[in-house]
Amino acid sequence: MVVKVKDVSVKYKIGDFRDIGLKEYIVKKFSRNYDAKEFWAVKNVSFKLEKGDFLGIVGTNGAGKSTLLKVISGVLYPESGSVRTKGQVTSLLELGTGFDGELTIKENIYFRGALLGYTEEFMDKKYSEIIDFSELEEFQGLKLRQLSSGMKSRLAFSIASLLDPDILILDEVLAVGDAAFRSKSEKKMLEIIKGGTTTLFVSHSLMQIKRLSNKVLWLDRGKQMAFGETREVCAMYEKFIKEKKAAREQSLKAMEQAKKETGK
Amino acid sequence: MIKALDSLGSKFQQRKFLFKQLVYRDFKSRYKRAVLGVLWSMLSPLLYFSAQALVFTFIFSRAEHYISYLITGNIVYYYFSDATTQGMFSLTSNAGIISKIRVPKEIFLFSKNISSFVNFLLTLIIMFSIVALDQMPFHIKFLMLIFPIVCISVLNVGIGYILSALFVFFKDIQYLYSIVCRLLIYFSAIFYYIDAFPDWIRKMFWLNPLYCYIYYFRQIIIYNNIPGLWVHFLCILYPLLFVIVGKIIYKVNDNKFAYYL
Repeated sequence: MVVKVKDVSVKYKIGDFRDIGLKEYIVKKFSRNYDAKEFWAVKNVSFKLEKGDFLGIVGTNGAGKSTLLKVISGVLYPESGSVRTKGQVTSLLELGTGFDGELTIKENIYFRGALLGYTEEFMDKKYSEIIDFSELEEFQGLKLRQLSSGMKSRLAFSIASLLDPDILILDEVLAVGDAAFRSKSEKKMLEIIKGGTTTLFVSHSLMQIKRLSNKVLWLDRGKQMAFGETREVCAMYEKFIKEKKAAREQSLKAMEQAKKETGK
Repeated sequence: MIKALDSLGSKFQQRKFLFKQLVYRDFKSRYKRAVLGVLWSMLSPLLYFSAQALVFTFIFSRAEHYISYLITGNIVYYYFSDATTQGMFSLTSNAGIISKIRVPKEIFLFSKNISSFVNFLLTLIIMFSIVALDQMPFHIKFLMLIFPIVCISVLNVGIGYILSALFVFFKDIQYLYSIVCRLLIYFSAIFYYIDAFPDWIRKMFWLNPLYCYIYYFRQIIIYNNIPGLWVHFLCILYPLLFVIVGKIIYKVNDNKFAYYL
């Protein structure tokens, strides 16, 4: 077992001291006006992944996908439940992570390698491979902020995928870059799967999920709707989406109908 | 056993590499962005000093070596306020990283403190030049300055722990702390002598850690005198207290930081 997620729940607070500052917090505490709202971003999620598994995570916006990935990468501590991972975890949550606009491309590659927990020796060995794959050799000396966002995402993907992690966590990163680079990165992903890396990724493209993953986790408003083989779960999810769409259209129609009638 | 040691070794290598990278980045952003770079960061304490020198030298004209008295106070104060203020931002300015990648969080604080420390070493050059201009003899006891420098550096880290943690939760700490820093200028005997105060007020000054270090600097530089044992004791006590409290705050809140960044 490489990843074991057991009964994980994550709670967010809104409207507590983050938004009001110390002075107001003290005033509110004294006047007993202080209350913070809570909601569960992820509730009782459990699944297991073996070596070489490729998990696609699907769900509508606000389903808790990114939150779950943050828990697995060790950034967020769950309110309850546990996550166990085995080996080097490399996460690529959103593109800008750990990049510094003032540093050059080369410096950024080293900086990011350091953040992800690799040694200098290792980065020396891997550097040329990374820069080759990203096709950014001629820009090495430029500052990162001088690159286009497409180039930045190419760089981010190249770093994460070429570092040979045991567990790779990707959040929506395969959807960027131009068409040529996208197909190249998908090829790389397939190579990674064969190499035994366990991958977790979030994507809004069901096509991509069907192509790449062997397991799918479906979340909806923090709850685990299904986990299992890609085909089964994707079918359930598609059906759910269709029904939701139909229901929405119906309610829209009903509203229009109601408008017309009141209009008369 | 060997394997465990090996993994400990590689862990150390990783941390060392990360630390190096962070220090490098902090330096670059500190010195590259400003047009005057290194010069500018030395200029700012120098300006404070010059303004005070301009205004107060006349008032304290009878005091001996007032210029040396003033510059030592200013340099120590500036190091303290710079390092702690920078330290306060260490978590939030790296929020993008901390909320996405699992990293030991203290390392950002240490890195900021290193860059403030190097900046302090540069301002020491200014201090010694002015002391030389004031025709103070340099002597072997100056080496003892290493002691308060080490102590205040640890104190800066300790206060940085507390401020950076608080700043994650309360954004107005920033303004409150800048007021504290400004008040410290008046309560640390930077530009005046405390002889005129009654005895009990003079004793109160020892409650201010910053005053202990400024006192130490002046005793060595101006009076060629190594302070007594109990001053050493205070110089060690304050950093220890703050580091312990700060460490505890970090430990307790470690799980919460990522939610608020």
